[in-house]
Amino acid sequence: MTLARLSAERLAYGGATVFDGVSLDIRAGERVVLVGPSGAGKTTLLMALHARMVADGLRVALAPQEAGLVPQLSVVKNTLMGRLDDHGALHNLASLLHTPKPARAEILALLAELGLAEQAQRAVEGLSGGQRQRVSLARALYRGGQVFLGDEPVSAVDETQAEALLAVVARHFETSVLSLHDLTLARSFASRIIGVRKGALVFDAPPAQVTPAQFESLYAA
Amino acid sequence: MRPEPLSRRALVLAMLALAVLALPFADLAVSAHAPWAALARMGQGLLHPDFAAIEDLGAATARTLAFALAGVAVGAVAGLICAPFYAFRPLRAVLIGLRSVHELFWALLLMQVTGLSPTTGVLAIALPYAGVFAKVFAELIEEADPAPARVLPPGVDAFSRFLFARAPLVAADMWSYILYRVECGLRSSAVLGFIGLPTLGFQLDSFFRIGNYGAVGAVLMIYIALVVTIRHWMRLALVPLWLVASLWVLGGVSTPPMGAGALWRFFTVDIVPAPLREGHWADLPDWLGPIVTGQILPATLITLIVAQLALVATGALAFGGFSVLVRQVAGFAVWPARFVTIVLRTIPEYMLAYLFLQILGPSMLPVILALAIHNGAIIAHLLSREAEGILAGLRPDAPRGAALWGYELAPRLFGRFLALSLYRWEMILRETAVMGLLGVATLGFYLDSALATLRLDRALMLILAIAALTAAIDALSKALRGRLGAASLSLVQNRSDTRISGVAPTSPAVTEMGANTQARACVPREMQEHLTSALSDRETRFGLQSLLRQSR
Repeated sequence: MTLARLSAERLAYGGATVFDGVSLDIRAGERVVLVGPSGAGKTTLLMALHARMVADGLRVALAPQEAGLVPQLSVVKNTLMGRLDDHGALHNLASLLHTPKPARAEILALLAELGLAEQAQRAVEGLSGGQRQRVSLARALYRGGQVFLGDEPVSAVDETQAEALLAVVARHFETSVLSLHDLTLARSFASRIIGVRKGALVFDAPPAQVTPAQFESLYAA
Repeated sequence: MRPEPLSRRALVLAMLALAVLALPFADLAVSAHAPWAALARMGQGLLHPDFAAIEDLGAATARTLAFALAGVAVGAVAGLICAPFYAFRPLRAVLIGLRSVHELFWALLLMQVTGLSPTTGVLAIALPYAGVFAKVFAELIEEADPAPARVLPPGVDAFSRFLFARAPLVAADMWSYILYRVECGLRSSAVLGFIGLPTLGFQLDSFFRIGNYGAVGAVLMIYIALVVTIRHWMRLALVPLWLVASLWVLGGVSTPPMGAGALWRFFTVDIVPAPLREGHWADLPDWLGPIVTGQILPATLITLIVAQLALVATGALAFGGFSVLVRQVAGFAVWPARFVTIVLRTIPEYMLAYLFLQILGPSMLPVILALAIHNGAIIAHLLSREAEGILAGLRPDAPRGAALWGYELAPRLFGRFLALSLYRWEMILRETAVMGLLGVATLGFYLDSALATLRLDRALMLILAIAALTAAIDALSKALRGRLGAASLSLVQNRSDTRISGVAPTSPAVTEMGANTQARACVPREMQEHLTSALSDRETRFGLQSLLRQSR
C-alpha cells in the first residue's frame, strides 16, 4: 500500500527551488532513510512528504530538525503536546494545569523507554541537547500514527544510544522515513536507502545493494 | 529606503537653539517670598519625619496600593485579552486612544461620571494601561519563537496553540513587564491623590496645607519604601492575596453620592459640543474658533516651551551627572549620589513639581526643575549602569577620575544618551501638559478649568489636542532616533532589564536554544524602550556587566 506519492514535483525551500521534478513512493512497512550532504534537500523532501501525508488524512508523527520544544514547560507537558489536536481547548487548558492520570501513565512509560524517566518533571530548558532530542522523540511517539517522519532525529546522541533510540522508533512504527548522516546507522536501520544530492535522488535501493562507492559519490566535491 | 543620517552635533545644536529661543518666553521667576525659609522647613521635615498621623498614613498607603494593584490587574487582563487581536485596526485605534490620555486626565473625566469613587481611580489607571499592555503583550507574542507553534500537530485549535506554544515562551517577560507597570501604577495612584482620591498624594497635599512638614517627610518615606521594595512583596504566588486585599480596601472607601443617570448625561449631553446640543450646527466654527485660538494654540506653545527647556535641562543634568554614579570616576561620592538618584527617580515628577512649587512659588521654574531632575536622574542612572559595563572591558592602563569620563565614557555613551533623551522627550511633554493642573498655563491648565466650570465639551477638545501633540512629538522622536543611526540606539542593556525584576534568569541552555532563532532572544524594541524608562532595572541581582558581556 502506498502511503505517499510524489510524482515529478517541484519542491522549494524558502522560495528557492530545490527539486525540479522529483518522484517518490513511500509504501507501508518501509523503513526509508535519506542520506546525503547538508543542503542536498533531505529536509525539503521530508517536509513535502509530511505535507502530502497530512493532506491525505494520515496521522503523522513528526520529529523535525528544529524540535520546537517549549523550554519553560516540563518534559511531560512537551510530550503531551503531541496530541493537542485530539482534544478541545478546555481539555487542553485543564491538561496544562494538571495532566490527566491515563495520559500521564502513558507518557511516563514512553519516557522510561527513551531513558528520560528521571527528567519527566524537569523543564526542557534545563536539559542537554541529547535529552532534548529524546523529548522530541517522545512527543512523536506519544502522537503515534501510521508513519514516523524524523529529520536527523538522533543527531545529538552517541552511536550506541542512537541505535537504541531508532530501535524504539521501529518498535512503535511499522513505517518510517528518516534522514540520517551516520551511514553505518543508516545501513543497520533502513529497509530502503535513498541517496540525495543537489536536488536529485541519486540512488534508491535496499541497503545491501548500495555500494560504498555510491555513498562516497554523494559527498564528492 | 534608509533615512538620511543625522549628525549628533546637529541634533544637539538644534535642541539647544530651540531652548534659547524659548527662554525669553519662559517665566522662570522665583515668586515665593522666602524660598530658603520654605526649603529649610521642608528639609527639617524630611530629617524629622513625623509618623504621628500613622493611622491616616496607613489607610492612605493601603489605598495607594489597592488603586495601583487593581488598576494594573484590570489593565493587564484587558491587555492580555486584546493582545492577540492587536493587528485588528479598529481595536488598535481604540487602544491607542486609551493610552494617549494621561491617567490624571482620565481621572478628571471619569470623575464627572463616577465621582470620587474607587471606580474612578481604578479605571483611570486601568484604561491607559490596558492600551499599553495590549501593545507590549502583542509584541512579545509576535516576537516569540515561532518554532514550537510550527511543529504542533495539524488541527490544534488556536487557544491550545496559544496556551502551549506561545504563553510559556512569553510568560516570564510578561511578568517582568507587569512588575514594571506595578511601579508605574504606584506612581499614578499616589499622584491621583492630588485631584482628590484618597491616596498618599492626598495626604501629602493635606499635610502641606496645614504646614505639617514632618508628616510630609513621612509620606515621602513611605512612598519610596513602597516602590523600592516592590520586587520583594510582589510575587506571583501572592497576586491573589494582594488582589483580594485590594478589593477589600477599595470596598471600604466611602464615596460621595452621584446623581442618577450621570453616565447617560455624560455621553449624550455633557461632552457634546455646545452648539450641537441645541442643534445649531452653523455655530460650531464660532464655538470652536475661540477654543483653538484662545486656549489650544497658546497653551500648546507654552507646553512646548516648558517641555523644551525641561528636555535640555534633563540632558545637561544626565550627561554631566551620570559619572557621579560611577565608582571609578567619583570614588566614595557615589554612595550618597546613588541614594539621591533613587529618591529623585522614585518620586513622580508631578509630586516633585508640587514640592518645588511650595518652595519657589508659582512659575514655570518648579515644573521645569521637577521634570529635569526626575528624568535626568533616570537617564543618568541608565547611563551609569552602561558605564559600568564599559569599564569592565577597559584596558588596565585606562585613565581615572575626570579623564576617564572625558576620554572613555562620554564619547562612548553620547549616542546612547541622545537616544534615551529623545525617548524621554515624549514623556516629558505628556507630563508638562499634566502639570497644568498645578497652575502653569500648559494644556492641562485649560483642561482643568474647563472641567471645573463643567464645560466637558471643551475639555474633550483639549484632551484631543493633548493626544495629538503627544503623538506628534512621539513620531518626531522616533524619526530622529531612526536618523541618528542604529549604533546609538542599541538598547542592548535593556535585554537585561526584562530578566531582572524577580524573574529567574534564562538559563544558558535556553540562550543556546535561542541562538537558532534570533528573534526570541530579543525583546521587542518598543518594550525595550518602555524598560529604558523603567526604574525596574534598579538594584539587580544579576550584574549588568555580565549581561552586557553575555550579549556581545
